[in-house]
Amino acid sequence: MYVAAKGGETAIRNAHKLLAKHRRGNRSLPSITLDQIASQLTLAVGRVMAEGSLYDVDLAALAVKQARGDLIEAIFLIRAFRTTLPRFGSTLPLDTGVMLVRRRVSATYKDLPGGQLLGPTFDYTHRLLDPSLAEAEGGEEGSVPDSADGGIDVQPPAMPRVTDLIGQEGLIEPSPEDDGGEPFDITRAPVSFPVDRATRLQTLARGDEGFLLALGYSTQRGYARSHPFVGEIRFGDVEVSFFAEEIGFEVPLGRVQVTECQMVNQFKGSATSPPQFTRGYGLVFGQCERKAMSMALVERALRWSDLGEERSAPAQDEEFVLSHCDNVQATGFVEHLKLPHYVDFQAELDLVRRMRREMGADDDMQEAAE
Amino acid sequence: MLSQAESASREALAPGFADAVFDAQAAFGAVMWAMARPGLTRAMPVHLAPPAPLAPEAAAVALALCDYETPIWLDPALAASSEVARYLRFHTGAPLTADPAAARFALIADPSAMPDFSVFAQGSPDYPDASTTLVVQVEKYRDDGLLLEGPGIRGRLGFGADPLPADIAARLRANRALFPRGVDLVLAGAGRVAALPRSVTVLEG
Amino acid sequence: MSAAPTGAMPAITYNFAYLDEQTKRMIRRAILKAIAIPGYQVPFAAREMPMPYGWGTGGVQVTAAVLGPDDVLKVIDQGADDTTNAVAIRGFFEKTAGVATTTATREATIIQTRHRIPETALSEEQILVYQVPIPEPLRFLEPRETETRALHALAEYGLMHVKLYEDIARHGHIATTYAYPVEVAGRYVMDPSPIPKFDNPKMDDCPALQLFGAGREKRIYAIPPYTSVRSLDFDDHPFRVQRFDKPCALCGAEGVYLDEVILDDRGGRMFVCSDTDHCEGRQAEGHVGEMGVAGGSPSPRPSSPRGEGVAGGTPHLSPRGGGRPVGAGEGASGAEKLP
Repeated sequence: MYVAAKGGETAIRNAHKLLAKHRRGNRSLPSITLDQIASQLTLAVGRVMAEGSLYDVDLAALAVKQARGDLIEAIFLIRAFRTTLPRFGSTLPLDTGVMLVRRRVSATYKDLPGGQLLGPTFDYTHRLLDPSLAEAEGGEEGSVPDSADGGIDVQPPAMPRVTDLIGQEGLIEPSPEDDGGEPFDITRAPVSFPVDRATRLQTLARGDEGFLLALGYSTQRGYARSHPFVGEIRFGDVEVSFFAEEIGFEVPLGRVQVTECQMVNQFKGSATSPPQFTRGYGLVFGQCERKAMSMALVERALRWSDLGEERSAPAQDEEFVLSHCDNVQATGFVEHLKLPHYVDFQAELDLVRRMRREMGADDDMQEAAE
Repeated sequence: MLSQAESASREALAPGFADAVFDAQAAFGAVMWAMARPGLTRAMPVHLAPPAPLAPEAAAVALALCDYETPIWLDPALAASSEVARYLRFHTGAPLTADPAAARFALIADPSAMPDFSVFAQGSPDYPDASTTLVVQVEKYRDDGLLLEGPGIRGRLGFGADPLPADIAARLRANRALFPRGVDLVLAGAGRVAALPRSVTVLEG
Repeated sequence: MSAAPTGAMPAITYNFAYLDEQTKRMIRRAILKAIAIPGYQVPFAAREMPMPYGWGTGGVQVTAAVLGPDDVLKVIDQGADDTTNAVAIRGFFEKTAGVATTTATREATIIQTRHRIPETALSEEQILVYQVPIPEPLRFLEPRETETRALHALAEYGLMHVKLYEDIARHGHIATTYAYPVEVAGRYVMDPSPIPKFDNPKMDDCPALQLFGAGREKRIYAIPPYTSVRSLDFDDHPFRVQRFDKPCALCGAEGVYLDEVILDDRGGRMFVCSDTDHCEGRQAEGHVGEMGVAGGSPSPRPSSPRGEGVAGGTPHLSPRGGGRPVGAGEGASGAEKLP
């Protein structure tokens, strides 16, 4: 006879012990510290904060460590923690115009007020593996200033946003109207389509970098082409403030690092209205330029109906894009396929066998086998 | 400056749930089962002492289900008491609204003067759930008056409660005719709750 | 960059049943509307849970919202209490709510399930919470929510009938074997979650309250007790459930849903109850199937873990080795070769 093989709980416990062992890795090496992760794997930490929708460097570093470097798993850990936090309200809008800029490039103007500031970037590096990094690095400081405020100018130059400069001439559509009301919160209420711009931007801001990258790329290849120019990418620190009803004034909460991308896109106009450039917007926590640019491309593609365009491509399909860009949802549902499905499979087996029997297929197979 | 009477009453704000987690769960459980079995009453296991004319059972329903996301409409009998408004505002954080169509919950202490269901939110064909839940204070229940049928009812069931408007049967029929739109009623009083959701069909009464 | 960790981690504490009270109220309101409009999918602001989407987050949120300290919880996956995901979800509630758990269908006040309805008839006052992956029955015919919502509003279900009829034209059968659509209380067409259609008749006029939670898709729906639930069909092709040629090999039960277990690589297979509690109960009463053993004690409950444990979604029966399965665990009352 058979006996039931039980032990699900033991199996799970053992699996988790193994997981912890593998996470720790070689015990003759020191355990990686959260400081090291936060300070040396900054871009991983940034992505986890951006797509985890929680700005907390310490927790993001912890999540990266706990997830063994699997960033979607780390994002998931942060999201699951975030959902337990009480909500106090909405901050005032960030003003990226007064950002403490650490990097700022424009592809539309050779020079502009505040100048171009390359800052920390992989751009123009030769992608050659650097064997010197295999050795332990010293702790001494280089001579490079860390940020704009430590640079040549003691007083950082004013850096007006490129789209504001273009907008002074009326050459670009104004930023879509905002009524100043509390924006819809996709983490507190179910989304129904069609969505407003705040909902769209929130969803894209926490959307998967890879998914948005591929969709943004598709618009460049002609699937809803929008002739984009990078008006500006800026990365740096901005202050976050909260208007406290009880005391009646703004309270600064601290600073966050964000990357903002303003795309300047294909102009439009008609017999009655003069031509104007259009815009696509991307903003994410941390230094995530690829994500901010992809977001701006997709945001622009999704605005097809506001701009009187035809819908022809996947990147323009709001319900498709917004319903599938969340990697925590996507990974959960894809990976749930490894859960047992034998009840359903049994139902299908039964049907396939019955239908084959009715067609006499199994007899033929039997004969062929013999 | 508060008058002495006002500050005294401020101190005397009646307490809410003794246990925020378990009392809310117990009160909700009573309402859920009442809604699942229309016309059957269910003991309300939580005992509050709200300011009159708010009934303890109705207060328990409100505290279990209302918060900053759910505007509450009070009928004139309840709206006349600033104590009731203060009690609900303090314990639920829910905004009070004078517009019944904007209310997620309506509390009704004087059912005989209850407005027509059509003044409340009835939901839309796409979102029939976006409708008002009416919490109606009653004093006693009966097993006759209305003959009910529908989801949650095994066969048919006689049910009644007092006080209710004389034309309650006609109102419930009109409500059923809107299905899946419509309002849902939670009756509260006499230590118990009962429900008449929109899915109920009134055969007689 | 400048933002270095401070080293001070926040103290992390969780509410009873994990969810905060505001979230529970929001879910509870959705449940009430779901009960009032049987079969209609109520949108709700599903929270992110500490388990992946698609692994029962909707069911877990519904259970967390209805669960009280006196409840007795049973969790099954594929009919079994000991499948890994059922064990994990049961453990979650033991840890976050401290509630009593059971594997006995009759003792449970709340049963959370994935893909099955227990064989033991449910009773009044019980709640069956289904985990739902895709709540929209029309989703595979029309992927857009904006479209399907309008179809439900108009009760326009012709598309579904066309699909089922195309099956008949092509295969001579309705080729839907699980997640078979039902009409609830004469109005809404509803996805019963991926239960085998074998279980559909149990939903009709059921004395228990049936609640459905879809976390990723952010929908809750319900069937009140004693509500008509009709599987869609045609006059010339009436709805039929699966039937098995053999009874359960362990307990001899007939008219139950069976799992197929492959015994060897030469075509050997056996069929055993998918509902482990039902099977063990019958064995304890002395029922014996052709591969069971008379007087053999049923396998111990999974809540008393033992043995070295096996990896993966532990099936109810886990024959191992080519053609010579061996019993695992010390509770084996005389492991024998197959007849």
